[in-house]
Amino acid sequence: MSLDKATVAKVANLARIKVEEKDLEPMAAELNNILGWVEQLGEVDTADVEPMTSVAEMRLRWRADEVTDGGYVEDIVANAPSGEDGYFAVPKVIE
Amino acid sequence: MSDLTKLTIAEARAGLEKGDFSSRELTAAHITAMTASKPLNAYITETPEQAVEAATDSDTRRAKGEAGKLDGIPLAIKDLFCTKGVLTTAASHILDGFTPHYESTVTANLWNAGAVMLGKVNLDEFAMGSSNETSYYGNVVNPWRREGDESALVPGGSSGGSASAVASFSAMGATGTDTGGSIRQPASFTGIVGMKPTYGRCSRWGVVAFASSLDQPGPMARTVRDTAIMLEAMAGFDPKDSTSVNMPVPNFEAAMTGDIKGLKIGIPKEYRLDGMSEEIDTLWQQGIDWLKAAGAEIVDISLPHTKYALPAYYIIAPAEASSNLARYDGVRYGLRVEGKDLNEMYANTRAEGFGAEVKRRLLIGTYALSAGYYDAYYLKAQKVRARIAEDFKQAYLNVDVILTPTAPSAAFGFGEKGDDPLEMYLNDVFTVPASLAGLPGISVPAGLSTEGLPLGLQLLGKPFDEETVFRAAGVLEEAAAFTATPTDWWRG
Repeated sequence: MSLDKATVAKVANLARIKVEEKDLEPMAAELNNILGWVEQLGEVDTADVEPMTSVAEMRLRWRADEVTDGGYVEDIVANAPSGEDGYFAVPKVIE
Repeated sequence: MSDLTKLTIAEARAGLEKGDFSSRELTAAHITAMTASKPLNAYITETPEQAVEAATDSDTRRAKGEAGKLDGIPLAIKDLFCTKGVLTTAASHILDGFTPHYESTVTANLWNAGAVMLGKVNLDEFAMGSSNETSYYGNVVNPWRREGDESALVPGGSSGGSASAVASFSAMGATGTDTGGSIRQPASFTGIVGMKPTYGRCSRWGVVAFASSLDQPGPMARTVRDTAIMLEAMAGFDPKDSTSVNMPVPNFEAAMTGDIKGLKIGIPKEYRLDGMSEEIDTLWQQGIDWLKAAGAEIVDISLPHTKYALPAYYIIAPAEASSNLARYDGVRYGLRVEGKDLNEMYANTRAEGFGAEVKRRLLIGTYALSAGYYDAYYLKAQKVRARIAEDFKQAYLNVDVILTPTAPSAAFGFGEKGDDPLEMYLNDVFTVPASLAGLPGISVPAGLSTEGLPLGLQLLGKPFDEETVFRAAGVLEEAAAFTATPTDWWRG
């Protein structure tokens, strides 16, 4: 598999990172270099292997679904670049 | 009074207990050392006023007989741990001005044990790097230099500021985090001890996330005992971290009995790389001989999937990072770069806020998780990871710990491995497999390279058997008798 310029532009859009047109080609080359190296994973027989999802052999804990914490509006919005009245402010989304 | 910064944590603890000096005196000595260490760029944020205040409180507690296990000990905190009221950057432009309103569990545990914070230390941006060259706040410099050569060397990464601060005696110990070797490799590069506990031993709550299935906080200090003392304070079950493990925290220091008679030490043949430098090989053999002389039994083992660990890691870690770092959107904290609409604001903010290496990994990760490629990359890598973990499981049927070199080389110069990311990734070839398997590992300084630079050996243990790792590491440390320190050129 090899990434072309258009794919890099698509992935950059998915990642919400602006990549200048002139940087797409070099970025594609860099990513292909890494992905080419990763191809060797294909040599490993993983036919009957379950993908590892947890390091310790444990299940995620259950807990009661109840409100145990909260009421920190001021703390939560304190670091926002823009906001008022306990809300985050973003550029206009709906015309 | 002799230089208090040269004490180990264990020695300082004894001195404080006996009343030889106060925490205020101990802390003041370290603040002076921290200020003098500026040329190393180890600290991003210094907090001397808070340190003096905390030291004063510690002395008061001690006078009342209420001293905790780390009471009055000045430490540096990797700037990946959220600290209430103190700037937390992850060494990224995108977190500009972020001042958490909460404290990470690990640092809260340290303060509960009485420790004193000197400041927040530098790292690779979002802990992505092996040389501390990706920080928005500039490179960290290794206090060590090659013999007869004044060129600056990298401290390793990502916990490079932690390593540099501890090795330069401007902190008694430091917290680090290890995702693929970020505690152990810089410890090796700077001649100190770095311990990555079993995944789940220390809470990740309040630690800026990189790759959640791999990230694990741990201690860095100048002796094995000091890391054992620190880990005991840092570790513990935390309901706020869903993968925190509910197990009692042993007395790690007590595990260092000095006796490893009959302990089975595995030597994995796959770690003997083609083209590995001879001095690394010699050091490894030396380590084998030391442990054998102390009564351990040396067992040759095989970890057949070792060579696939790095490529699996460089899918899994970026994939998880691409998900974790989605939160940096210019809305809730940090940098915002305006755009004509919301999407453009996101894209502009993230383009300006993230550095080149972080962007590279986010794009790889996004691609690996994107529709049509998920199975080929992420799922495949997670299956290979299961194979790697199984290798270790099989090996541990026959051995108690595994001995390997920590890194394939000593510290290198700035820009020496800049052109090809793959060359940089190879730094972690010996540390990544245990990260994927979640195992505890420690790097112990074991010798000097022909150029006079420190080299570490790594001991890996069974899950949640840090005690045996500390026991073997204590013996290795004693046999190696590594007492070299860098000349303090940075004091000018």
